[in-house]
Amino acid sequence: MDSAQALQQLINGLTLGSLYALIAIGYTMVYGILRLINFAHGDVLMVGCYFAWFGAVQFGLPWWVALMGSMVLTALLGVLIDQGAYRPLRKAPRISALITAIGVSFFLENLGLVIFGGRPKAFQRPEIFNQLYQWGELRVLSLSVWVPIITAVILAGLMFFIYRTRQGMAMRALSRDLVTVHLMGIDTNRVVALTFALGSALAAAGGIFWAMKYPQINPLMGVLPGLKAFVAAVLGGIGNVFGAVLGGLLLGLCEIMLVAFLPDLAGYRDALAFVLLIGFLIFRPTGIMGEELPE
Amino acid sequence: MSWLSDLLDPGSLPARSLTRRRDTRLTLLAAAGFAGLLWLLEGWAGGYVVHMTTLAGLFVVLAVSYNLINGVTGQFSLEPNAFVACGAYVTALLTLSPAEKAASFILEPLVWPLSVICLPLPVALLIAGLLTALMAFLMGFPVFRVRGDYLAIVTLGFGEVIRVVANNAQSVTNGPLGLKGITHLTNVWWAWGLCAFTLFVVMRLVNSSYGRALKAVREDEAAAEAMGINAFWHKMLAFTISAFFEGMAGGLLAHLITTISPSLFTFFLTFNLLIIIVVGGLGSTTGAVLAAVLFTFGGEWLRVVEEPLNILGLHIPGIPGMRMVIFSLILVAFMIFARQGLMGRAEFSWRWILASRRGRRGTP
Repeated sequence: MDSAQALQQLINGLTLGSLYALIAIGYTMVYGILRLINFAHGDVLMVGCYFAWFGAVQFGLPWWVALMGSMVLTALLGVLIDQGAYRPLRKAPRISALITAIGVSFFLENLGLVIFGGRPKAFQRPEIFNQLYQWGELRVLSLSVWVPIITAVILAGLMFFIYRTRQGMAMRALSRDLVTVHLMGIDTNRVVALTFALGSALAAAGGIFWAMKYPQINPLMGVLPGLKAFVAAVLGGIGNVFGAVLGGLLLGLCEIMLVAFLPDLAGYRDALAFVLLIGFLIFRPTGIMGEELPE
Repeated sequence: MSWLSDLLDPGSLPARSLTRRRDTRLTLLAAAGFAGLLWLLEGWAGGYVVHMTTLAGLFVVLAVSYNLINGVTGQFSLEPNAFVACGAYVTALLTLSPAEKAASFILEPLVWPLSVICLPLPVALLIAGLLTALMAFLMGFPVFRVRGDYLAIVTLGFGEVIRVVANNAQSVTNGPLGLKGITHLTNVWWAWGLCAFTLFVVMRLVNSSYGRALKAVREDEAAAEAMGINAFWHKMLAFTISAFFEGMAGGLLAHLITTISPSLFTFFLTFNLLIIIVVGGLGSTTGAVLAAVLFTFGGEWLRVVEEPLNILGLHIPGIPGMRMVIFSLILVAFMIFARQGLMGRAEFSWRWILASRRGRRGTP
């Protein structure tokens, strides 16, 4: 493998990793506050893609308007799911909330199948993402270059929000101690809703770029990215936003390297995430950045 | 019929043993009655009803063994699809004739010892059960190092890994094409026979000192450890036994539907079993039985929502896939409004039935 190919794989890995990172942030923020694995996160992403598809194809909106609109609608969906399905179970055993999340996930998938049908829909790449950049041996789709850049911008915004605003401070406080923060007069429910909104909006963005990468969408498309992004969140240390990004990049790079260096094992790439997960939970259960032990 | 009244009312005679003997007799009586019913069904009902009854038996086996680890031991795990897949593939590979295998494996030939083996179903089932149990045993070492929702995700990951392996290990599983032409050997007797065996073992286990230890681990692991219960090995015990029965049920499932492929053993299967044990009441074995039967037949009954309807001249088009939407809503609704399920952690018992019967007669 020469250096051009290696660089190409590196870019591919970064792109895939950025997508995992965008999705993993939603998992990690919700887990950090509610200690709930939001199983439906991957399916929220799928619904976000359909919002964007309807915006772009049915209403002919420019891609960035469709993207923004979809992020807003998906944020609302995330809040709706939280208020409808998870909020009644705040005081219930954690496993009950997890089972509910699995139920919501299946509800979204099957409702998607009923409404949109099982046949994949083509997802057009906007012109700006559909160009082929070429430097000597190196050939890269512009999407692969833009995705890490856009992800970095979104992350910078998120970091600013979490570490420099009062709402972000409330969020960080909540992830330390939900009950005490409530006693100190913060409307915890609103902050939780805000967390779901942010996480879902980022998932929508991640999902839409995912859909542009494999230019099609279907109602079950969210399952694998969702699960793998969760694994990424655990790798990075769940509850830690920066860790989720690191975990996502690590997972993306590992997957691409597996396919690039061991093409015979390419079929096993979907299993790689779980093998990594099991390895991490045995040897370093706190993940790369995590501090506290999982229960 | 004096023996019957003796049976129903042990009267003032002392001793728990008498009550227990009465319960055993009543259970055997009920089992015989049920077997008679199955015999009538097999003789008179249509093939479709017989098929559904057989399937219900297999779902009961799966639900009861899944409940053993999830409900009784309280270790929320999401892997039964892996165990069912393992059992189904092992049994099918052992019972298919060498000629059938040669015809199926067109892309890559089957590896040597499997390509010539042809065993009768009971032997193959036993081997499948034992192999699945072995897999669970090996899996248990890494898996039970974590708890709670991490356990759920790791076991889910294992299920996914098994599916990916089934898809890629062409020379053993025939990849995405799966195995075809498995002889239709599973009938109501196989399914409900395994069911009786499973119920016997699981009920005996749950009511033994081991069962009490399992429940102690569920309620408070630290306290159980302090009382001298080795939580890890008790979890392993429940996990391995549940895998043994799930593997056997998988083998019978393969011989009921005669074609298996990796797409059959997705998380979807686990999800169905999860609904069953949640609706039945996590931790109640008889609740799992009840819910498994309800699920199998209720699922069929719900097919009406997928077929076009004509009500008073009003035409309602059928919506395919609507059943699963309803199932997932049922799961969420049960979690929010009736977390204890139909049975809670209670078990069906003869005393309960007899007491209500006596209550109706007005005698104390």
